[in-house]
Amino acid sequence: MLDVAVIGCGIVGANVAYLLSQHKLRVAVLEKENDVSMGTTRANSAIVHAGYDPEPGTAMARLNVRGSALTKEQCAAFDVKYDPIGSLVLAFSDEELATVRRLYENGVANGVPGVRVLTKEETLAMEPNLSDAVRGALYAPSAAVVEPWDLALALAEAAVQNGAELHLETAVTGAEPIEGGWRLHTSGGDVDARAVVNAAGVESDTVAAFAGAPGFAVTPNRGEYYLLDKSQGGLVHHVIFQCPNKDGKGVLVSPTVHGNLIVGPNAEPAERGDTATCAAALAFVREKAAKSVPGVSFRDNIRNFAGVRANSDQSDFVIAATASGFITLGGIKSPGLSSAPAIAEDALKLLAEAGIPFEKKERFVCSRKKKRFNQMTPEQKAEAIRENPLYGRVICRCETVTEGEIVDALHRPIPPRTIDGVKRRCTAGMGRCQGGFCGPRVHEIIARELGIPQQEVLKDRAGSYIITGRTKEGGVSHGE
Amino acid sequence: MANERYDVIVVGGGPAGLAAAEAAARGGAKRILILERDAKLGGILNQCIHNGFGLHYFKEELTGPEYAGRFIELVEKTDVEVKTDTMVLAVTPEKQVHAVNARDGYIVLDAAAVVLCMGCRERTRGAISIPGRRPSGVFTAGAAQRYLNIEGYMVGRRVVILGSGDIGLIMARRMTLEGAKVLACVEVMPYSGGLTRNIVQCLHDFDIPLYLSHTVTNIEGESRLTGVTVQKVDENRAPIPGTEMHFDCDTLLLSVGLIPENELSSGAGVEMDRRHSGPMVYENMETSVPGIFAAGNVVHVHDLVDFVTGESQRAGAAAARFAQSGPSPEGRVIEVKNGAAVTYTVPGRIRMANVEKTVEIFFRVNRVCGDSVIRVTDEGGAALASFKREHLAPGEMEHVSMPKVLLEKAVGAITVGVEEA
Repeated sequence: MLDVAVIGCGIVGANVAYLLSQHKLRVAVLEKENDVSMGTTRANSAIVHAGYDPEPGTAMARLNVRGSALTKEQCAAFDVKYDPIGSLVLAFSDEELATVRRLYENGVANGVPGVRVLTKEETLAMEPNLSDAVRGALYAPSAAVVEPWDLALALAEAAVQNGAELHLETAVTGAEPIEGGWRLHTSGGDVDARAVVNAAGVESDTVAAFAGAPGFAVTPNRGEYYLLDKSQGGLVHHVIFQCPNKDGKGVLVSPTVHGNLIVGPNAEPAERGDTATCAAALAFVREKAAKSVPGVSFRDNIRNFAGVRANSDQSDFVIAATASGFITLGGIKSPGLSSAPAIAEDALKLLAEAGIPFEKKERFVCSRKKKRFNQMTPEQKAEAIRENPLYGRVICRCETVTEGEIVDALHRPIPPRTIDGVKRRCTAGMGRCQGGFCGPRVHEIIARELGIPQQEVLKDRAGSYIITGRTKEGGVSHGE
Repeated sequence: MANERYDVIVVGGGPAGLAAAEAAARGGAKRILILERDAKLGGILNQCIHNGFGLHYFKEELTGPEYAGRFIELVEKTDVEVKTDTMVLAVTPEKQVHAVNARDGYIVLDAAAVVLCMGCRERTRGAISIPGRRPSGVFTAGAAQRYLNIEGYMVGRRVVILGSGDIGLIMARRMTLEGAKVLACVEVMPYSGGLTRNIVQCLHDFDIPLYLSHTVTNIEGESRLTGVTVQKVDENRAPIPGTEMHFDCDTLLLSVGLIPENELSSGAGVEMDRRHSGPMVYENMETSVPGIFAAGNVVHVHDLVDFVTGESQRAGAAAARFAQSGPSPEGRVIEVKNGAAVTYTVPGRIRMANVEKTVEIFFRVNRVCGDSVIRVTDEGGAALASFKREHLAPGEMEHVSMPKVLLEKAVGAITVGVEEA
């Protein structure tokens, strides 16, 4: 019997698994998709929020501020891209100036470092490309941009290296109480564990309901985005928010850790798995963004995407034992990414209360180094190629990603099996040609390194096949 | 240790780079080097296994690999050095070329002259923001072509093609010949962006319907593509409600335009010409940085490789001259502007001291024109020359030959415009 089964391997599940793996426990992570970071973790604004949004005294306020600080430490330890560029919340009216004032007071009460209210002149001096209609802003220097999917991956890999089991393509379909714990029914057979941590994201209420009354309902809410070419990345230098409204933090404009410009999201009710974009929402995003930054060049868009927020009918995060020994981390909406490491700490406290004994291992993996060719100096590049000639073969020309980096990624503790999995790990295909040139080459490298036929290499989720067979045979027999 | 020094370094070993290097050798340049990122010379021609290449230049019909093969042979007869599998990371305004490969590692080379021949890339789904899901099965036409013709894999069975550019049309036929069902070719403009011969030979001959003034407005499928919605568009290219057609398909090929690939050019500090998204070039294909030349699709997107060859030979010869005798002599510079119905001109400026007898001016029109007159006028409004054409189309690059004697009469800049009769 496992000590703890963690359901879901997004940023919350990965944080829990990583903390658990530092202790002398038998841990397994059950993930329904074919990779980690496949839900909200891979499709969001990628912002570590400073912590002035949540109402003082809420769990969210405490977890946001603590979580942001921990996230910064984690990114340093695991060599995850993180850039503390700071954020501005813009005010365009007297009412919004009052909101900015209130957010400032929240920030001070929540212990957010360095928050300050800026005049119009100070705001425009900091960001000359903002709309002249801006009246003032809240500045929070501790806000940061991050690569969320890579952070979750790094933590999950460390957990695996520390002995946790990771079961991909394993969907939990039910749970029943057994002597001393829970029996989880999964698509890969039954799994018995003394305690369960439910980190199932937009499905956290469904999973909680397997074990009892969840006490909350997820109200999935979709946000759509534009991701612009790097030529646009210098338009602004901070995360540019508008004043929050009832639907969330509004449309932001921000540089990403890779130097692109991200614009979005809107907020609209959606089905749980529905990450489609639609023309009306994209038009809304363009219009709202122009209010903050009139010069955004949507002609330079390289990708649209959408993510689904795990909003719930509760105002705060749901962090509780929803059944005995069944800990639910549910409704983890924004600022969930920023709060995740602190949420995991709370989960461990609840597990301890449920009787799981925590004895720290003497040694465990708590860091990672990553080679990024496009970040190296000429001397470092020369050295990398001397050590491994595959670093001299550039596969992704837009992002300058080498075969060496791709092969390294394919031999990590959680190897990707898909083109998008490689993209998340080493940015191949993330650039302006969107994998048009490197896709077929990455495809071939995956098949070669994993020893699988090319037909089995997928783009993304299960079923996302790329090729249908060899030319001449496959085509003819399936034609009409 | 001093860097290796070359007379001419050519960035890219596709049709433009091959022609430029060969012409530079004929022009007397001594050390010439081609840097090619792929494992083989030939560039995109290697995956263009259909015929139709070389009708103008060789007066015969060749396949893409055959056309490339002719120039590879010519280059092999010279002393031109070639480094394949080599990625150029930067070209500096001082003509230092930084590159990497597995054999040599990180190399820095000095050149007296550089010819930029990086070609172009395809516009993607993101560039045109097609809404919907993001399943597999959505390919740029060129990526699909590589899977079929280089890797030997089929990419789907029921296909819709968005865009009627030449690669899309060629792929409509190619997929059909491999047994796939091509359901439709959808074009947002009221005319096709491809060559007329490709419309006939790739669509009409296979009864593939072409929907003009239509576009794809939704993409379905959680894993693999399962269908697309196609809608008619109004004159502002906005979808018209109520015109939705649904196609069950597993593949969507995008042939929605090509973009010159100029990240290296920008790094080298060359002035860009927004009209064609490539470097501004003078009459001999020299950019605004002395000694840095550019030719082929990196400057402006061509429909026929034959014209890439001609342009690149001029660039290569001029690069050889620069390497041997330095910068062009000073003299009058005439700006070339685009007038009515013309979207751009190449060259952007003409240095009269470099003109022997004539200057070829290449351009495209922004709409289909019947019987027309191409007029070259000057700032005084004087018509310097006019040229008659029976048919002009955006998909077919045009050119006129301007004699030096006429250019000398021009007052100020000249403008190329089209008047339909």
